[in-house]
Amino acid sequence: MSDATLAPAVALTGKVDPAGGQPPRIRPRASGEDWVMRGAIALLAAYFVVTLVLPLYTLLIKSAEDKDGNFIGLANFARYFADPALTQSIVNTVTVSLIGTVITIFLAFLYAYALTRTCMALRGLLRAVALVPLLAPSLLPGLALIYLFGNQGIFKGLLMGHDIYGPIGIIIGEVFFAFPHALIILVTALSVADQRLYEAADSLRASPFRIFMTVTLPGCRYGLISAGMVVFTLIFTDFGVPKVIGGSYNVLATDVYRQVIGQFNFQMGAVVGLLLLFPAVISFTVDRIVQRKQVALLSARAVPFQPQPRPVIDRTFLIISSVIAALLLLILGMAFVGSIITFWPYNLAPTLKWYDFTRLGTDGWGPYFNSLRMAAMVAIIGTAIVFTGAYLTEKSRGAKGLRASLHLLAMVPLAVPGIVLGLAYIFFFNASGNPLGFIYNTMVILVVNTICHFYTVCHLTAVTALKQVDAEFEAVSASLKVPLYRTFWRVTVPVCLPAILDISIYLFVNAMTTVSAVIFIYSANSKLMSINAINTEDAGNTASACAMGMVIVATSAVLKGLHSLLVRRMQRRTQAWRRR
Amino acid sequence: MTMEKLTRRMALMSMAVLGSVAAIGLAAHPASAEDVVVKVYTAIEEEQMPPYKEAFEAANPGIKIEWQRDSTGVITARLLAEKDNRQADVVWGLAASSLMVLDQNGMLEGYKPEGYDQIKDDFKDRRSDKPTWVGMDAWASAICFNTVEAEKLGLPKPATWKDLLDPIYAGHIVMPNPGSSGTGFLSVAAWLQIFGEEEGWKYMDALHANMNSYTHSGSKPCKAVGAGEYPIGISFSYPGVKLINDGAPLEVILPTEGLGWEMEATAIMKGTDKLEAAQKVADFSASVEANKLYNQSYQVLARKDVDAVLPENYPANEGELLLSPNNFEWAATNREAILTEWQKRYGAKDQPKS
Repeated sequence: MSDATLAPAVALTGKVDPAGGQPPRIRPRASGEDWVMRGAIALLAAYFVVTLVLPLYTLLIKSAEDKDGNFIGLANFARYFADPALTQSIVNTVTVSLIGTVITIFLAFLYAYALTRTCMALRGLLRAVALVPLLAPSLLPGLALIYLFGNQGIFKGLLMGHDIYGPIGIIIGEVFFAFPHALIILVTALSVADQRLYEAADSLRASPFRIFMTVTLPGCRYGLISAGMVVFTLIFTDFGVPKVIGGSYNVLATDVYRQVIGQFNFQMGAVVGLLLLFPAVISFTVDRIVQRKQVALLSARAVPFQPQPRPVIDRTFLIISSVIAALLLLILGMAFVGSIITFWPYNLAPTLKWYDFTRLGTDGWGPYFNSLRMAAMVAIIGTAIVFTGAYLTEKSRGAKGLRASLHLLAMVPLAVPGIVLGLAYIFFFNASGNPLGFIYNTMVILVVNTICHFYTVCHLTAVTALKQVDAEFEAVSASLKVPLYRTFWRVTVPVCLPAILDISIYLFVNAMTTVSAVIFIYSANSKLMSINAINTEDAGNTASACAMGMVIVATSAVLKGLHSLLVRRMQRRTQAWRRR
Repeated sequence: MTMEKLTRRMALMSMAVLGSVAAIGLAAHPASAEDVVVKVYTAIEEEQMPPYKEAFEAANPGIKIEWQRDSTGVITARLLAEKDNRQADVVWGLAASSLMVLDQNGMLEGYKPEGYDQIKDDFKDRRSDKPTWVGMDAWASAICFNTVEAEKLGLPKPATWKDLLDPIYAGHIVMPNPGSSGTGFLSVAAWLQIFGEEEGWKYMDALHANMNSYTHSGSKPCKAVGAGEYPIGISFSYPGVKLINDGAPLEVILPTEGLGWEMEATAIMKGTDKLEAAQKVADFSASVEANKLYNQSYQVLARKDVDAVLPENYPANEGELLLSPNNFEWAATNREAILTEWQKRYGAKDQPKS
């Protein structure tokens, strides 16, 4: 996301210290307003049950059934683990995930350090470039890597005889895909630093290396762990990159595909889907424990860190991050080149004909407008649900257990791979007798599915923003007898507006690129550009698939640009309170 | 300006941006009239959809087709997943082997379309008088051969399946994984029928030694060969022909021992509330007019009385080389056993050479 997401953590340290600590609290009786809140929380819980819990349950129950729907316990799992080819996929998946995570975190850390701890030039530009991979459908890096390193690739020689189709390709593609996610977390982590620690270290004449090892690294270790977990989960469950560039190197996500799409074995697909969930749940648990400790680390009296110019270091980091940014742009740029070449690699004359989607068949630009419509709906409705939901779990009183479990539920979607969520939706919403069945085959189910799929990161952003709003506001408005909704609308929402805009643009961008979760539930009237790109590639028209990907990137980039302008203007006008 | 006003303005502005985006999306959608709309699931190529639809709707006024298209695997998985709450009325243009899976699940309605007596026997579901599916056209396995890349590597042009075992081709061949692709499976099933089971597996053992990798999609080997990624790909004719027309230095080779093949077929979904319209689609699908449309992409047609012409750049003699009889029944029944064996032999060591 943008600066605004990254800002809260810094702002947190600048928060006015409620001098004198916590005032004694008298627990009031639940007022009418509290009951409204509790009602809203119950509604939110129902929403989660319908859009997340029940669909997943419907799918996972399949892992314990045979093809005729009889309960057979763990027999499917036994069969799975007896098959060496399938268990090999576990080893493969763990291997590429681990290596990919280490490389991503290493690069993202250098980049984040350059952005937050140095005074290098071009920081704004470099930050914007680093987020570019978020705008691209996962098909694009795969195709670009084939153009770059395939057997006809421009830089094939760099692989020294190794094949891009397989672990190497998967790892490069995943690093591209996961880089901005890691960067966002690490920038936030590195932004939180206490100037006083550095001043103390300096006055003790510690060497820069020693300061780095004893102050900087420990200070962001939680961010590192958190980023590592998120990246590991992302790579572990991703399907788009290995599908295009994985060759015959099987990973769990492509196994789900082979079981379900190749052999129509939903039960085994559910088994693999469950395995995909498992490590993600573990990493999530670790992340939660770590997050909890993080809170204690921050002191309200900390002085925000201000980087001082260090010419040599600044220049070194400018070079390092420029190289990384150039590599990211190279991958995207290659996809663009692929979309304007007549016939790779035999006729390199430039052409725009691949952008004429009407010649491909019936759909033409229709799917593009469907995608816009869907993404806009997801952005508007999703933001409202996510923000209100986060507000309720953060700020309401009572129903503590329920609020905690809602918070937990909001974390689950991050761990659910798209294809698993998509299947879960088809089984749940198209079950005969489901009163919600009418949304099947409409745009609505795509919107609901996409909001669910990308819920977690949005929720975390909203929570981070809400944590900055002192609980005193609610207390004060309560004592002034101002209705809660007015405080919400007049204080909470304006203060959190940057985060709210961030959430909506994040949802928009992801809705434009989503594929695996919606491929089972779109209908003839709601076909999306991202799905069209996959099908076009499947039909052999790689150039047009690149063109569609580029149209998605361009659209998201334009909206992202508008969003940045809006945020910048707003930060000047309404967020002045953040500055010291 | 007060903060509140500003907030409201900002919120309005962002709403306006997103709203206008939504409006653009909405504008692009015309509503349908009071015609009967049949929901047709299909796996035919995108560019075939408009002519098929136009021809059907011209011949059947008052009925409109609404397509739901996806690749063979996705659309079959979707039909199965929707089993308990059927959405499709007709399936027009899906692999017969997929339709057989639906049939095993009791999802198809028996119907004998007009002109059924003109359908070749191989294209009929001959188990009963009320066939649940009727063939349209056939596609067969083929070798896509990139002449430019082969020349660079000094590879001779193969003419038979056995030719591919020559060590000179080591590392230069790709084929679809039969576990994820119907085209991959039809090749494997054909080898087991052509060479016999024991020899067939021996053949695949030797072929595996020359194999570079196995792909997920059936047309991918040919596409990768067209883009010069590999010199030789086992796939089927259609994508190869299309790539040749686009300018790829390709040749589509039909190995002389015989070709595994599969047909596109049409079926009516059991329980459709638009049975009459669905039957019209089935009738049209078996008609002379429709067969002529199929002939624009495929050489072997279901009807006896349509003289098939050779589509541009299509390899000749496909009809004579088709494995006959092709035991679909056997392939369908033994599918799981064959895939398990394949996976055991080639799946576990299914690793790239890096």
